[in-house]
This record gives sequence, C-alpha cells and structure tokens, in this order.
Amino acid sequence: MVINYWDKEHETLDKQALKKLQLRRLKDTVEAALKTPFYKSRLCKAGIKSCDDITCIEDLKKIPFTTKDDLRECYPQGLLAVGLEGVVRIHTSSGTTGTPTVIYHTREDINRWTDLVARCIIATGVNQGDIFQNMMSYGMFTGGLGLHYGAERVGLTVIPIGSGNTKRQIQLMHDFKTTLVHATPSYLLHIYSKLEESGFSIKDLVLKKAYLGAEPYSENTRKKIEELFAIDAYNSYGLSEMNGPGVAFECLYKCGMHVWEDAYLLEVIDPKTAVELGADKEGEIVFTTLTREATPLLRYRTRDLAFIYKGECKCQRSHRRLSRITGRTDDMLIVNGVNLYPSQIEEVIMRIPEVGTNYQIYLEKEGSLDKLVVKVEIYSKMFKGDLAELDNLRDRIKDELRAAVIINPVVELHEPGNLPVFEGKAKRVLDMRQKL
Amino acid sequence: MPKQLSIFLENKPGRLESVTEILSKSGINVIAFTIQDRGDFGLMKLLVSKPDQAYLTLADKGFACALKEVLLISIKDKPGNLHKLTELLLKRKVNIVDAHGFVVAPDQEGICCLELKQAQDIKGFLTKEGFRVLDEEGLAEIYDH
Repeated sequence: MVINYWDKEHETLDKQALKKLQLRRLKDTVEAALKTPFYKSRLCKAGIKSCDDITCIEDLKKIPFTTKDDLRECYPQGLLAVGLEGVVRIHTSSGTTGTPTVIYHTREDINRWTDLVARCIIATGVNQGDIFQNMMSYGMFTGGLGLHYGAERVGLTVIPIGSGNTKRQIQLMHDFKTTLVHATPSYLLHIYSKLEESGFSIKDLVLKKAYLGAEPYSENTRKKIEELFAIDAYNSYGLSEMNGPGVAFECLYKCGMHVWEDAYLLEVIDPKTAVELGADKEGEIVFTTLTREATPLLRYRTRDLAFIYKGECKCQRSHRRLSRITGRTDDMLIVNGVNLYPSQIEEVIMRIPEVGTNYQIYLEKEGSLDKLVVKVEIYSKMFKGDLAELDNLRDRIKDELRAAVIINPVVELHEPGNLPVFEGKAKRVLDMRQKL
Repeated sequence: MPKQLSIFLENKPGRLESVTEILSKSGINVIAFTIQDRGDFGLMKLLVSKPDQAYLTLADKGFACALKEVLLISIKDKPGNLHKLTELLLKRKVNIVDAHGFVVAPDQEGICCLELKQAQDIKGFLTKEGFRVLDEEGLAEIYDH
C-alpha cells in the first residue's frame, strides 16, 4: 500500500516528541482556559492559577472534568476565551428545547480543524481529482461544513448537496461521476435501495470510497456497504465539542480510527470511578483540546464508550487508534445521524395541554432509515369531539417536536390510559431497531 | 338542542366492543352511530337514548368523550325529500361539518343528523318548509309513539 500523509511530520511524530508537544500545548490551553469565567473559577478551586502549575502531562489529572451540563450552564459566553470580534464561526447544538451549548471558533481554530480533516482525507488514499459528494447536513451540524472545508483544502471537487432528496443524490452521483461520499451508513443503504426505482444500477456509478459517521454501526454493516457498492468504506468519529468530524478517522488499513493526539489529549476512563483505563478496555472517552483558541475544553467527558487499540498501526502513524463507539453512558439516542435526548421530547409534550403526561418514544427501522414515533394520550378533559381539532393537534405536536429535535417524527394519538405505565421509572423509550 | 356523543377511539381490535359493552350494561339504547376514521384513530359518533348518562358513564371509565349539539331533522321517508332538504340548506348557506342519516320507520320517517360549523337559527325556516326539527326529547319520543 502506498501511504500518503497530509502532515507527515506531525502524523509520524515519535512518542517522546509527541508527549513534549502535548505538554507545551496543554500549558497553552490551560492559559487560554483561564481567560474564561468558567475555567478561571474551576481551575483556581483545583489549585491551578496559571499554566506554570502544569509541569508534566500527568498534571492533567489535577484538572477537574468538564461535562455537557457545564457547557449548558455556560451558555452563551461562559467558555469564550477570546473577544467575540475574533470569532469567525459559531456552532450551537440543534433544537429548541433545553439550553443549547455553543462552540466558538477563531480563524485559526477553523484553519486547524480544516487541516485535521485534510489529514483524514489523505489518510484514506483520497486526493485531488476525486469527486466528493457531501451528503451530511450543512448548517449548525458540524458534519457537513467540517468535511467540506477539509475537502476543499485538499483540492477535491466538492458537491455540497447536504442530506436528503435521494433521487437527486443518485442523479448527481451519475452526472458528476462521484468517487467519494460522506454519509451516515443508514442513508447510504437507503440510497442503495432506491437505485432501481431511480432508473439506475451500481454499474452506472463510479463510486470508490465512502466516509461513514454520525451514528453507530457494526463491522458487518461496513462490509455489507462495501460489498453492495463495491467500494472501501472508512469510519469517522467526531463531536461538535471537539470541532466536528476530523477527531478520529480510519486510515487505509481500516483497523481503528487514529485520534490526532497533537490536537487532542485522549483519555478513556471508567465512567463510574473516573479512573483512567489502559488499552483494550472499554470506557468513556475524555478529550482535552490542545490547539483551540476560542473555546478550549479540558477533560471533556464525551459520554461515548470505546476502547483504545494496543500496538502500532502499519501506516506508521504514531497516533493511537480508537475502536468503534460501543455505547453511551447516558440515554442519548441517534436517529438518522441526529442526536436526540428523550427529555427534549418530554419537554414538548408537557407543554401541550390537550395531551396527557404519559407518552412513549418508539424507534423502528423503515427499510434502512430510522423512524421515530412519538405516542401520546388524548387528555380526556380537553377533548371536545372535534375531528378537525384532532388533526390540528397532531400537526401541532409534529411541528413542535420537529423544531425541538430536527427529526421528522410520526405522532400517534392514543386513548387515555392505553399506553403502558410502569412502576417506578416509566420505560419511555422502546428501541426496536436492529443494530446496524 | 339534542346532543350527539363523540368518543375518541384508537383504530384497533376491541375498541368498538368496549364501548358497546358499557352502553349495553347501562341499558342505553343506541339509535344511530357512525365512525369518522383518521387511520390510526377515529371518532365514534352516537345518538343514544340517554346522552348525558352515556357521557358520564364512559368518561368515568376513562374514555375521551364529548357531547355536541346537533340538528336532528325529521324527513317523511319518500324519494325526493332528502334532496328537498339539501336544496334548502344550500339556499340558506348552512355550513355542515358532519352529517349522517337513518330511517326510523320505513315509508314514514327518516332522521337527518347534522353537526353545524356554527349554531344557526334555522329551526323556524325548516319548520316553515315542512320539516320537523327535533328537540332534546325528540329521539326518545320516536320510541314512545
């Protein structure tokens, strides 16, 4: 295999030099963090008043963890380390329920993020001349813009189609001879199922590679996609708190995703005891940003579960590899690549007087795509016997839910008392989907 | 004005039966019924002998139900009479939300049950044109005479 690197020096940095670089960058990050109201108080409480209090990499453990709730409490400017005029991009979490979280980016933050993505692209053997159809949503969702910028930097020919409109996706793949796509595995399978009715077959496409991300899927599904499309498919991992895509990516050898350790300090911890775990042990991924200026994050608990692979990769990159995400420590769901918390749905339902407080979230597969069904009960006291009002009610609930969680749910109205009620904590979520 | 009972029911086996069981146990007579379907749910609309009692009994058992005022028009059961009625309603621009009809005595009398968008004072107008508009006791009277 011919191995190409975007930034060979940093990608193959020897462990000692990498550790030195990480320490220097950690100190810079702590210094930047101390400029934010949140970290100033947090770090001082932990005895860290300046970057001089960090003398070795192990001092990372002196720093307390940062959680999603911290980010919510800091909204909007509690974690901003630079003046707003230096911020060129704002990405917030999606939806209208609960308090959002925000990550700010300076010009340099975007520049470095773009370079990390460029590394990923080159690592998969893609280069200028490849036609790239980006099927991830553009907008606040970092998946679209993240890959877009990296792809343009490498010099790929980019089709910024975003997600949805399957017939058009297929038409464009044919018309422009797309060789690379970025999508969720379920969407790519969905495209496959729609080829025939769109009047095409695999022979009409020249697809070579796919980047799969934003939702969990198994090795079997990757192989299935590779077989159906006759391509190579690479796993991608990212989260908006750590920019977006470009945090970890598979190389040509496809065994684990290299985490760019000169940009992120990686820890895997026992979610209950917070003790750091060694390689091959599943735990919660914790990241510390090493180069972010506007929103530095220290020991951020991702709530994603995975393990670090032991040993070196044949590509000779010195950055360690992360396994597929094996689960979550919280109740977050992923529906067609979009993150969703049951509490977001609950908030909407509790606001609607015509339905009761008992509800159920039902998830199933429709073909290869996910279907979200929200079941609610008519509140008898508010029922007026008007069919038009019921139609209206269903549409209203749909609209409010869609605004809150971005996904298009199916809303089912049920009779009062017909949805199951459980003793103690109600089992609100029924996930009937077979794991991809 | 007479009242029609509306019950919210899921479109699944057993729902209809659960309603009729309760009504039969309470000795309530069903005079006419219809279902407006919406796929996974529907509204069952019933004209019963004792609407208030039916409503309370069903509400007590946890059903989402409501009583709505309807216009009950008695028509002599002869071809052409329904048409005469609809012509009149059109002339008067009556906005009908829902309707159903049934025969109570073949060759003698049929009833047209109308749910109107807004309450309209057309009783006088219909009576003048030869139609009898039933009041609350009207349905019960059908059984008495």
